[in-house]
Amino acid sequence: MKILVCVSNVPDTTTKVTFNGDNTQFNTLGVQYILNPYDEIALARAIELTEGGKGTVSIIHVGEVGSEPTIRKALAIGADDAVRINAAPRDAYFVAAQIANYAKDKGFQMILTGRESIDYNGCQVAAMVAEFLNIPSISIIKKLDIESTTQASLVREIEGGKEILSVSFPFTASCAEGVAEPKIPNMRGIMSARTKPLEVIEPAPVDQLLSFQSYSIPEPRGSVTMLGSDETEKLVELLHTKSKVI
Amino acid sequence: MSVLVYVENAEGKFKKSAFEVISYAAAIAEQLKTELIAISIGNVNPEILVNLGKYGANRVMNVSHDKLKSFINQAYASIIAEAAKKESATVIVLSNTFSAKGLAPRIAVKLKAGLADSAIELPLINQDKFLIKKTAFSGKAFAKVELISAIKVISLNPNSFQLKESGSTATVENFTPEFKESDFSTLIKEIVRASDKIALPDAELVVSAGRGMKGPENWGMIEELASILGAATACSKPISDAGWRPHEEHVGQTGIAVRPNLYIAIGISGAIQHLAGVSSSKTIVVINKDPEAPFFKVADYGIVGDAFEVVPKLITAIKKYKANS
Repeated sequence: MKILVCVSNVPDTTTKVTFNGDNTQFNTLGVQYILNPYDEIALARAIELTEGGKGTVSIIHVGEVGSEPTIRKALAIGADDAVRINAAPRDAYFVAAQIANYAKDKGFQMILTGRESIDYNGCQVAAMVAEFLNIPSISIIKKLDIESTTQASLVREIEGGKEILSVSFPFTASCAEGVAEPKIPNMRGIMSARTKPLEVIEPAPVDQLLSFQSYSIPEPRGSVTMLGSDETEKLVELLHTKSKVI
Repeated sequence: MSVLVYVENAEGKFKKSAFEVISYAAAIAEQLKTELIAISIGNVNPEILVNLGKYGANRVMNVSHDKLKSFINQAYASIIAEAAKKESATVIVLSNTFSAKGLAPRIAVKLKAGLADSAIELPLINQDKFLIKKTAFSGKAFAKVELISAIKVISLNPNSFQLKESGSTATVENFTPEFKESDFSTLIKEIVRASDKIALPDAELVVSAGRGMKGPENWGMIEELASILGAATACSKPISDAGWRPHEEHVGQTGIAVRPNLYIAIGISGAIQHLAGVSSSKTIVVINKDPEAPFFKVADYGIVGDAFEVVPKLITAIKKYKANS
């Protein structure tokens, strides 16, 4: 079993998001970058499925040299080797094209991502990679098991329920909570990560289809109306007459 | 030129998000002074399809086939892309549902189209510029994306656009696409729907609870409150991590981002990661016994008090209101 896990480097979840340059750029000053939390879930499941000599887990990351600590963390958690495509991750289409270009002749049975990155939240890369490679993709899965040598069984989230599917290798899937519990690297993992192979590859040319123009922060809400713990009837009335939500 | 909108059905029926996305696409078609074509895949009664005209669809392409009864994203993407080519669609619109998240990216690659996901407003179209506002940083910010490709794909967040009825009917035509065997290597074995529950991503009202509830055995009052309001239930991350509630109820930066009309947060302090997932809610009510809880800063209404005391009173008050209205 050969699994490729795609990881992205994102601002820590506690980041206060601000912009500069006339709101055209994310302000990275003082921002701590982490391995995308959903990608950690995908990685954890990939490691579980290949443990005990049953296969290998490779990491791919599209990003500049500054994100290597995130790649090393993925190696410390237990991936075997890694590839970095040396380019700023312009948008999902660009990233997916790079991953597909790398993976096309490597014989991976599964290509896993997190359900979305917590910065741009596109949930696009897994399905785009699959389309470039003309293989199936399952977005937002909650469970992933190997059924046989030719196929896997997955559970996908749908509105108000779930769908249970089986799919033939190779495929791509984006992983959400439930697939696995994230793993914490141990000392041995951290030490061995330093010497695991990390290949750097220059990007393939990809057409630009969109560009991020500007950013804004949600408007602050008006001040809060505080009510006493006995004023639940008044609350209901305000929700009906003033806010008009019930 | 035309605008093509994909309307997703669940077991032959359309939900509000489907009508929202038609209303939205109709407004784009009007901006571009062109026709709006809807495409429906699966077994939907043609009489229901005629009614999609009510929200602004001029024509409906009906793709009905036993092989397409359930959602196979590869096959659906091929069909929608084929329909887009046939109708020379320059804008393709979908509702940003779980299924569409697997579908829109494939369509975008097939048509070499820029994809704006999680759109929350109509595009700004002027002088060949096509700008879309979308949520980013898990609800902490918005981004404006310029789609520069000739064909554009947009997925609209549910609860982001008002339904607009124009009152006409659509003509329904059958569309028979070509099937590629390689598009069907996924097999759906079973679909499980919790029929009595409102799905969190579509919900207009949400009742959410956190660690202040002390234990999973105390969720009865949360469920009762949700049920009398007709709301979905949700929770904060520590709750789903502890296994008190299922993961699909987890709202926040690493869970689901919701945008209901009303979000009632009970016993949730309001960590920045949780707030990211709820900031687009229209009205926020916070019930917490800690007056310093950060959640009060982003609330519209706040009650400082113990959940075990306030929630039963709130249930009584809502029952009284429902009885009188």
